[in-house]
Amino acid sequence: MGNALRFRDDTAHEEPAVTLDAFLGQTNATAVRLESDEDARKLIPQLGQLALIEVAFPKFRDGRGYSAARILREAGYTGELRAAGDVLVDQIPYMRRCGFDSFAPEADIDTDALERALSRYEHVYQKAADGRSPVWALRHG
Amino acid sequence: MYKYDEFDQSIVDTRVAEFRDQVARRLAGEISEDQFKPLRLMNGLYLQLHAYMLRVAVPYGTLSSRQMRMLAHIARKYDRDYGHFTTRQNIQYNWIKLEDAPDILADLASVEMHAIQTSGNCIRNTTSDQFAGAAADEVTDPRPWAELLRQWSTFHPEFSYLPRKFKIAIVAAEEDRAAIKLHDIGLQLYNNDAGELGFRVFVGGGMGRTPMVAPVIREFLPTGDFLSYLEACLRVYNRYGRRDNIYKARIKILVHELGAAEYARQVEEEWAHVKTLGLDPPPGEFERIAAQFALPAFETGIADTVDRSDPDFAVWLDQNVKAHKQPGYAIVNISLKPVGGIPGDASSAQIDLMADLAETYSFDELRVTHAQNIVLPHVKKADLYTIWQKLVAADLASANLDLISDIIACPGLDYCSLANARSIPVAQKIAKRFEGLDRQRDLGELKLKISGCINACGHHHAGHIGILGVDRKGTENYQLLLGGSGAEDASLGRITGPGFDEDGVVDAIERAIEKYRTLRTDGERFLDTYRRVGMDPFKEAIYG
Repeated sequence: MGNALRFRDDTAHEEPAVTLDAFLGQTNATAVRLESDEDARKLIPQLGQLALIEVAFPKFRDGRGYSAARILREAGYTGELRAAGDVLVDQIPYMRRCGFDSFAPEADIDTDALERALSRYEHVYQKAADGRSPVWALRHG
Repeated sequence: MYKYDEFDQSIVDTRVAEFRDQVARRLAGEISEDQFKPLRLMNGLYLQLHAYMLRVAVPYGTLSSRQMRMLAHIARKYDRDYGHFTTRQNIQYNWIKLEDAPDILADLASVEMHAIQTSGNCIRNTTSDQFAGAAADEVTDPRPWAELLRQWSTFHPEFSYLPRKFKIAIVAAEEDRAAIKLHDIGLQLYNNDAGELGFRVFVGGGMGRTPMVAPVIREFLPTGDFLSYLEACLRVYNRYGRRDNIYKARIKILVHELGAAEYARQVEEEWAHVKTLGLDPPPGEFERIAAQFALPAFETGIADTVDRSDPDFAVWLDQNVKAHKQPGYAIVNISLKPVGGIPGDASSAQIDLMADLAETYSFDELRVTHAQNIVLPHVKKADLYTIWQKLVAADLASANLDLISDIIACPGLDYCSLANARSIPVAQKIAKRFEGLDRQRDLGELKLKISGCINACGHHHAGHIGILGVDRKGTENYQLLLGGSGAEDASLGRITGPGFDEDGVVDAIERAIEKYRTLRTDGERFLDTYRRVGMDPFKEAIYG
């Protein structure tokens, strides 16, 4: 495992994440892990009880987790949303825009490179899950 | 033409800095080639057989003279003095050094250009009608919508690691000059019965090893829902497109496996949710963009006739010049298909010359076509003869637009690491065989397209005559297809039978064409005759 990264002020959630099947079958879990081929919308009825959702990235090329994250944020989830697995420095800015606020990369992330990557773009073209105003909104503010 | 504002410029400049950082990390060995690959690919940089290839985006095929000159400058300074215009209205450079790539991007950014998302599994450069803004038959200029798409798709955080690449094309006329039904998403702007402008949305077309003509997913999409609806189309694809097999990962397979109706239902369901997120820009943003595509200041009351007394000029005029919507003006097509040349290639000097012509005679504007030619969209008829003379002097006056020697060909095994066979020498041999312009003109419109492998970059499925190069036990073999079309009457070509060697396929084409000449009725194109009589007579002529 690489260095965990967290962009939240609350304390880290300690309860181990259960599988989606296990979560749907029991009522008291507060952390769940979503595999890349699992439907994030299945969590929506019970989002209120969750403090951590971990989304798996088995390969960095597998981009399903970006949609999963947005769907969860669009449904009002405010807990920790963690990208876990093949998470690389150049993917994290996109992940942040989709609503991820914590990362469990398989390999160490160069934190200097990450800081540069995250602060690089002053402007974005589209609305996403991070609350940034797209340039069309700035143009017509 | 669209002009960057401070926001656009800031994003493109930042991309240059970002890529410079990524290249530096790669050159320092901090990231592996495997990790670097998706980063460089997202920026149009491929590792080919002999060198890096850089693909530069020409959004919806529109260029200013200044931008065109920069393309020549790059060819001269960083490459071998030429560039290759592609079927996606882009330009490629074949001999790039990795360490030069950041400087090239900086040069491009200085003229409001980039190479963003010209490759990779993301939303690629949007293509459009090369006659947009000039065509007599369009309902509106599609390019402002294409520019909205460019901005929406640039660094889209959710759709940058799709199952596979994603190509969108947009037109606004009944005649489809952008092959929209062979794209992942094809958009046709039209006015409905109530007189409202909207889009007919086609999803799931494509070529490659499983070619498909896209079905209509939505008959009429109001313009105000444009981007949110596309967001829904892409989200369904990103979530459910296949990732287990690269050859089944394009959206056409998802649409085919689900069925168009079920895919459309899922999109509508997703869109009902997405529409609530406020993703569509306000009308004022479209108006801001559209204002920059206002018609140029055409002169009125000028001569609408042309002196045809020079017979060679008259041939070029009839073949390469098209009707403009403004009286007294015409659309000039510059063929990049001289006999013996490489389809789509132009030297730095030729690129500069075309830029000069555009500046002097075409309101500073050029277009790249998906057939790998160049267009001067707004030319005064009174200037046509002068322009033609200058084109003749630069070896750019081939009067073969849409004729058999106006061949689309991929780079093939001469450059491409994916290719199984060479495309360029076959194109050259066919052009040579049918060299006489009288013969070509007698055959009429005949779209011949060559791909050097199953990926179909040369659009062989959509050729009236298509050629697919394959590797058969270590030797190059060419399959022949008949009956494809990338136009509004889109269809997929069928393989005639066993393949041929390089010379054999040229002979086979000649036999098929001679058969067409005996079968055709007045005014019938090769494609029309094929559709009327079917494959059998051609098969007999070819294999007899």
